[in-house]
This record gives sequence, structure tokens and C-alpha cells, in this order.
Amino acid sequence: MSLVNVSRRRFLVGSSAAGLSLGLALPFGARRAHASADFPDEINAWVVVQPDETVIIRIARSEMGQGTLTGLAQLVAEELDCDWNRVTTEYPTPTENLERGRVWQSFATGGSRGIRESHQYVREGGAAARMMLISAAAADWGVPASECSASKGTITHGPSGRTTSYGKVAGAASRLEVPEQVSLKDPKDWTIAGQPLKRLDTDPKVTGAQVYGADISLPGMLNAAIKQCPVFGGTVKSFDAAAVAGRPGVRKVVQVGDDAVAVVADRWWEAKTALDSLPVEWNFGEHADASSEAMAKIIGEALDADQAFVGNERGDAAAGLERAAKTVQATYAYPHQNHATMEPMNATVKYTDDLCEVWCPTQNGEGALATAAEASGLPPTQCQVYKLLLGGGFGRRGAIHDFVRQAVLIAKQMPGTPVKLMWTREEDMTHGQYHPVTQARLTAGLDDDGNVTAFRVRIAGQSILAGMMPERLGGGPDPVAFQCYAPDGDHAFAYDFENLLVDHAMRNPHVPPGFWRGVNANQNTLYTECFIDELAHAAGRDPLEFRLAHMKQHPKNAAVLKAVAEKAGWGEPAPDGVFRGLAQCTAFGSHIAACAEVSVKDGQLVMHRIVAATDCGTAVNPQQIEAQVEGSFVYGLSAMLYGECTVKDGRVQQTNFHNYPVMFIRDMPEVETIVMPSGGFWGGVGEPTIAVAAPAVLNALFAATGKRIRSFPLKHHDLSAA
Amino acid sequence: MAKLNVNGRDVEVDADGSTPLLWVLREHLGLTGTKYGCGIAQCGACTVHINGQAVRTCVRPLASVSAGDEIVTIEGLSEDGSHPVQQAWRELDVPQCGYCQTGMIMASAALLAKNAAPSDDDIDREITNICRCGTYRRVRAGIHLAADSLAKDASKAGGAA
Repeated sequence: MSLVNVSRRRFLVGSSAAGLSLGLALPFGARRAHASADFPDEINAWVVVQPDETVIIRIARSEMGQGTLTGLAQLVAEELDCDWNRVTTEYPTPTENLERGRVWQSFATGGSRGIRESHQYVREGGAAARMMLISAAAADWGVPASECSASKGTITHGPSGRTTSYGKVAGAASRLEVPEQVSLKDPKDWTIAGQPLKRLDTDPKVTGAQVYGADISLPGMLNAAIKQCPVFGGTVKSFDAAAVAGRPGVRKVVQVGDDAVAVVADRWWEAKTALDSLPVEWNFGEHADASSEAMAKIIGEALDADQAFVGNERGDAAAGLERAAKTVQATYAYPHQNHATMEPMNATVKYTDDLCEVWCPTQNGEGALATAAEASGLPPTQCQVYKLLLGGGFGRRGAIHDFVRQAVLIAKQMPGTPVKLMWTREEDMTHGQYHPVTQARLTAGLDDDGNVTAFRVRIAGQSILAGMMPERLGGGPDPVAFQCYAPDGDHAFAYDFENLLVDHAMRNPHVPPGFWRGVNANQNTLYTECFIDELAHAAGRDPLEFRLAHMKQHPKNAAVLKAVAEKAGWGEPAPDGVFRGLAQCTAFGSHIAACAEVSVKDGQLVMHRIVAATDCGTAVNPQQIEAQVEGSFVYGLSAMLYGECTVKDGRVQQTNFHNYPVMFIRDMPEVETIVMPSGGFWGGVGEPTIAVAAPAVLNALFAATGKRIRSFPLKHHDLSAA
Repeated sequence: MAKLNVNGRDVEVDADGSTPLLWVLREHLGLTGTKYGCGIAQCGACTVHINGQAVRTCVRPLASVSAGDEIVTIEGLSEDGSHPVQQAWRELDVPQCGYCQTGMIMASAALLAKNAAPSDDDIDREITNICRCGTYRRVRAGIHLAADSLAKDASKAGGAA
């Protein structure tokens, strides 16, 4: 995928100035799925076929490495019956979406929803385009469309054997009405979707040609570096712009909102170094004394709080504990984490009195557009967001576009001049939207046979929704906090326990929370799956057998668990000194399991091999699912091994990769992925495996050492033999 | 004006000698394939070759590089993106978001230039670039694939001689 998007492409091929404002001339609010004089080569909103047979598939969701761009293109191409080798893609802009009655629907790319939420309508778009192309050929030939078929972009009239191509009839097809009734293929008949095809976006990523937001360059563009108040909630008191005014390249020093200062210069390095020597005074505000220890104390006390939101309750947990022959209890804690995308936050903005243009990596183009409109004061129809491929997203670039707001506020102070704002890694580390901090106390009863009589989970701590979108909660419970403890649905708790109570005592520190890849499935599954292991041990039962005995109502979870156990050789001797651990869950609509093999040598954990299984219902690109599973282990295990953001004096102490270390290639275990779609549903892929990564390894670590780790990261624990 | 040799071309840049080579490449020469990730030589996204060695340019001042040093960036690794490492990366679909991959490719190419058949231990020791998407498994496979391809080329060349 190149920089080219709908507007820009037409800008390039059409008349110069009209192109960029093309969308603005369209009637607002009219849902136009079919082409018109404005879009002459568009079959419908999803498909453009050019005379040279190139097929351009429109992709509304964002590509950040997770492969959704290729997967969605496969789904459209499958129904279109085009030649996959001729397929390319482009992003429509969110403003165009608005003006065309949201014909492309949601742009949001998070929660592993990119494909599972849009597969139906993108496939219908491809199927409708195929019908239109066939109808156009049939009309030209004067034969019934029912006598014609299409394959790889060639249309054939069965009785006569005549053929034509999509490119030849595209013009005529684009003038037809878009059919409302289309039928979709059975996935078992797929030849493009469901196949392990190569990604469409690889080539420029290996030649250096890929333009990320950090790389964009516009004529006359200036560069900005920003410094935000180190303490969340603090504000700028004063700064001495004159102190850096004479430095090379410096054009302007500006305040950005009430909590940040930026230097704008010819080059970013000039802006950054000037900012380093800019005297700034801050009002640190009410959180200047906040610390991780104080937060942990408040959250820990909430483990005993009388009031909590109930997320899942069945039977009578208290009674079940009463009649238990044995009670087991453990308390776990999970720290703040930073997303640490490789590409730091950035956005480029050109502001004039009647148009605000934004070039940025975003997981939600419409969210970026709303932020641009709010910050610029212009209506959304006078804003444009041109999405770029993301250098990592992981949830950081989706819900709150702080970097877009800042870039607009800077550019607004320099009308007509494009300005690229890029954060330093240090700003990125200390002004994130952090994985929420929580603790959990788990209590369970076992009867004389080692079966669970009751399962009780008290979660205490931070709510993402309360921090990011409190209006959605209205002071009530945060349903996202109960991921993997839900009664049913995408994050159903995957055990049968007849007496169950899970509740959440919400305590929100001042550190802004965010959706961090895997979200609350991460720590909730860690809590459950490590504690289940504790129960199996307390019951004197095999962890696999113990789990399976308590998940008879969850056959898909049992299936993935058995699959990893079998492939890993559970029950058979492991190599000398190597120990195994299991974990499973339902997350983001998929059923996931992992079996890890580890050893401990000289007090150091060595992760040898992980077998992982995913039942995502429907597999759109198996090799990309494997890539997501492999990557999920890196993300989840980096957090388990090293990840924590601690707060002192109200500010995050970790500033860069030297004190927020992550996994290197040397830490990477061998990963064997079993993709086992059972059909009939569409589950997410980008996130769920993260949830099983840490508990599978921790349970193996327990098997190896007898040490049960309940606070993280692991680097704080001594693993040498007791 | 500082004189540099970048991707086989002699160029002059007007930048302060303290400017890291990364920003000279990106902002003065427009070579944006070399990325900023951390600024403290921790992540390797800014890796280029200087006289064949992998170098993290975010901490390498312009003044420390001379006109005689041969600097190669991802844009100059091969004329048409056909370096064995680039081909292996395509073959195995290594990149995810891709932001770290140009640095990863440059580090891998430098490793192969001095060690034609690196073991897993060699890779563990030499490749310390950070990838947050978690492409490490395919990076390792890609280095081995590129090594195989280089070995085949070498044996072909040997056979013809």
C-alpha cells in the first residue's frame, strides 16, 4: 500500500486543486454505494477496476502490522472473483465516509475486530461488484446474466464461450445500480480467502520506501518537538521562548493546550535540541506526590471493600466455600505497562481558515477526524485525515488522539504552514495510556475428590473506560474489566464452576489508562490460569485433567487445550530439566490455549518452546494468524519478564528502552501454532494469544521450581533454587 | 559543510557536527528508510552500515564520520531490493508493522557479511534490534534462509569457475 488514498489518487490523476476538495462537493449524508460522475471508475464503494485490469480494493480499517489490510482484501477479492495478482488497496478518508453516509461503516481498528466485525459487508461489497461486472458484460452481449460466470477477472458466457475482462466492462458496470441482494460463498469453497497468501504491504517495508507518519514530508513543512507536563494533570506555568529563539532553525515556541510546550523548527533535530534547553516552569497540580506504592495500597485495600460491581455470578459462592473440604486463596497483582510502539506518536497538520488536513498513523480514522475538528474548530467536512500505515498501534493510537490534537493546536498557530509533530521516545514512555493496574484475590473451595465447590474472584483497581470515556459508564460498572470472566460472549469465562462470583472494586489512580493489546484479558487470564494451576496442585491432580474436568460446557476450549497438550507431548517425559505449563481462555471471540516448555538455569528462566492453538472460527489467512500468535507471545512475555511503569512524584519513571526493557530475539522461544478454525463464527486473532502467554510460562516455571510468582514483572523475583 | 559518502554518492551536508547521523540521513538527505526509535542506541531501528559494520546512527555524531567512510542505508543495500536478506524477508513475510525492519535487515545483512552461516547462538548474540510486533521467529528464519541463498550463490559461482 502506498501513500495514495482516494482523494490523493484523484488529486494525482485529476485536476490539481479540485482533487483534494472533491469530497467536499458531495451531498452530505446521502448514502451512495454506487458510482457516479464523481467516481467514474468505481464499481461500488469497495471496488475500483481500472482499464489495465488493476483492481483497487478500499480498506476502511487501519493496517498496523496485524495483517488486516491483506485479510480484508482477500475477503473482497474472494467474492469479486478477481485476479489476486492484480489487487492493490487504498484507504478512503473518514471525511469521505461521512459525506457518503458512512458507506464504509466503522474505521475503528481495535479489539481484534478489524475482520470479524466487517467481514459480512466487505464480502457483500465484493459480491455486488462481481454481479455488476457480469451484468454489464451480459448486457453488452445481449444475453442473460445467469448464463455468464466470472473467474480471476475474466467473464465467460457459457453457451457461446465468449469472454471479456473486468477492466473492459468496468465503465459500464459502474453505471449500474448496486444490487441489494447478494449471496456469499461458503468458506469451504474459498480459493483466495482462507489461503496463506503473502501480505500486500511487504515490499516497501523491506526497501525502506514505506512512508510512515514519522517520515512524511510536505513542501514548506516545519517540524515540532513537544514537552508535556511530567505529572499527569499538571499544567504549564511559564516558559522562556527568548532563551532558544536564536538557535539554528528555530521558528517558533508555542504553548500547546494547557499542559505542553512545543518548539517548531526547520528540522526536527533542531526543534528537539532547542526544546531540551528551553526553560519551562510547571504547575504539577494535585498529583505531584502520587506513587505506585500509594496506588498499590489503595488498590490492595479494595480487595476487602464491601462494595463492588458484580460481573458474573451463578450459584452461591459463599455457600460453596462453606462446604469445601479445603480452601485455597491467592492474591495477584499486575503493573502498568506502556504500549511502546516502535514509531513514536506523531501527526502532521496543515491548517488554514477553511481546511484542516492531518496526516497520521491512527487506529481509527474517524476518531482522528473528530479530534481534528474539535481542536481546529472547523466542521468535520472541512477537515481531512489521511491515514498512514502505523509503526505499531497496540491500542495506543485508537481511542484518544492526543498527538493529533496537539499537532492541530500547533499548526493552528502557524496557518498555511504544514507542521510535523513527533514525540521523543521519552515523551512516548512518560505520556502513554497505560495498561490498567489491578490486583486480584482468588479464593476457591475443593471437595474431598478435588473438585471445585466455589470460585470467587475479587478484582480491585483501575478501569479503562472510567479513565478514557467516563461518560459511557455514568458511574456504573466497567464491563471491559470483566474480560475473560463474562457469563457468555466474546470473553466468556471458560469453566463450569456452579458457584461463581466475580466482582470489581474500582479504584482509579491518576495515571491515564488505555487499551493495551489484549486489554484486561491479559491479567484476568493470568490470574485465573495461574490460580487454576494452584488448585490442581492443591487437589493433587494433573493440571490438564483438572482443567478438562471443569470445562465440560466449553468443548471448544477443551479442544484447543487438548490440541496443545497432545502436540507438546503432555503426559510424556519432557527433555531433561524441561517443564511444561498450560493456559487457556476465550478472548476476543476466539478460543485459545498454550503449552509452554521452560527450564531454569543458574536462576535464569529459559523459554524453549510454546505450542499454541487458536480456534478463531473462520481463518482468513492462516500464515498471518501464525504471525499474530508468534508476535503475541513477544508482547505478552515482554510484559511478564520485564514490563512495568512505576510512578514516583506523580510521573512515570521509565523513559526509554534501557529502563523499560522488552524481549530481544535471544529471549524468543520456538513457537508452534495450531490454527484450528471450527467454523460457524468469526473470532479475533491479533490479541487473544497474549492472554495465555504469561500463565502458560508461569505454570511451567512453577513445575520447574515450585515457585509461584504472583507479582510482576518476573525480573524482580529470584528464581535460583531455594 | 561536511562531506559524506552515502550509498556510493559523495554528498555535502550543512549540519552541525553534533547532529546524529540518523537525522542527517533523514532530514538533510531525505533517506527516511532509517528510522528513529529510541535515540539512545537501544532499539536498532536506525541501523546503517559504515564500512560494512552495522552502526546505530542515532548516537553517532556527524563529526565522527569522514568523507572516506562508506555509509550504506537501506535505500542503498541493493539497487532493486534484491539483497538476499530482503528476498528472504519477502519470502517469509517477515515484517508486520515494518517500522523496525529496515534496521533489522541492515543488522542481519551486516551479520551475514562477516559470518556466512550464523548459528542460532550467533543470531542471539548479534541481533539485538527491538521489534514490538514480535517478528523474531521469522527474523531468525529469514537470516538462515538468506544464508542458505548466499551459500547456493557461492557454490554456483564456485562451480562456474
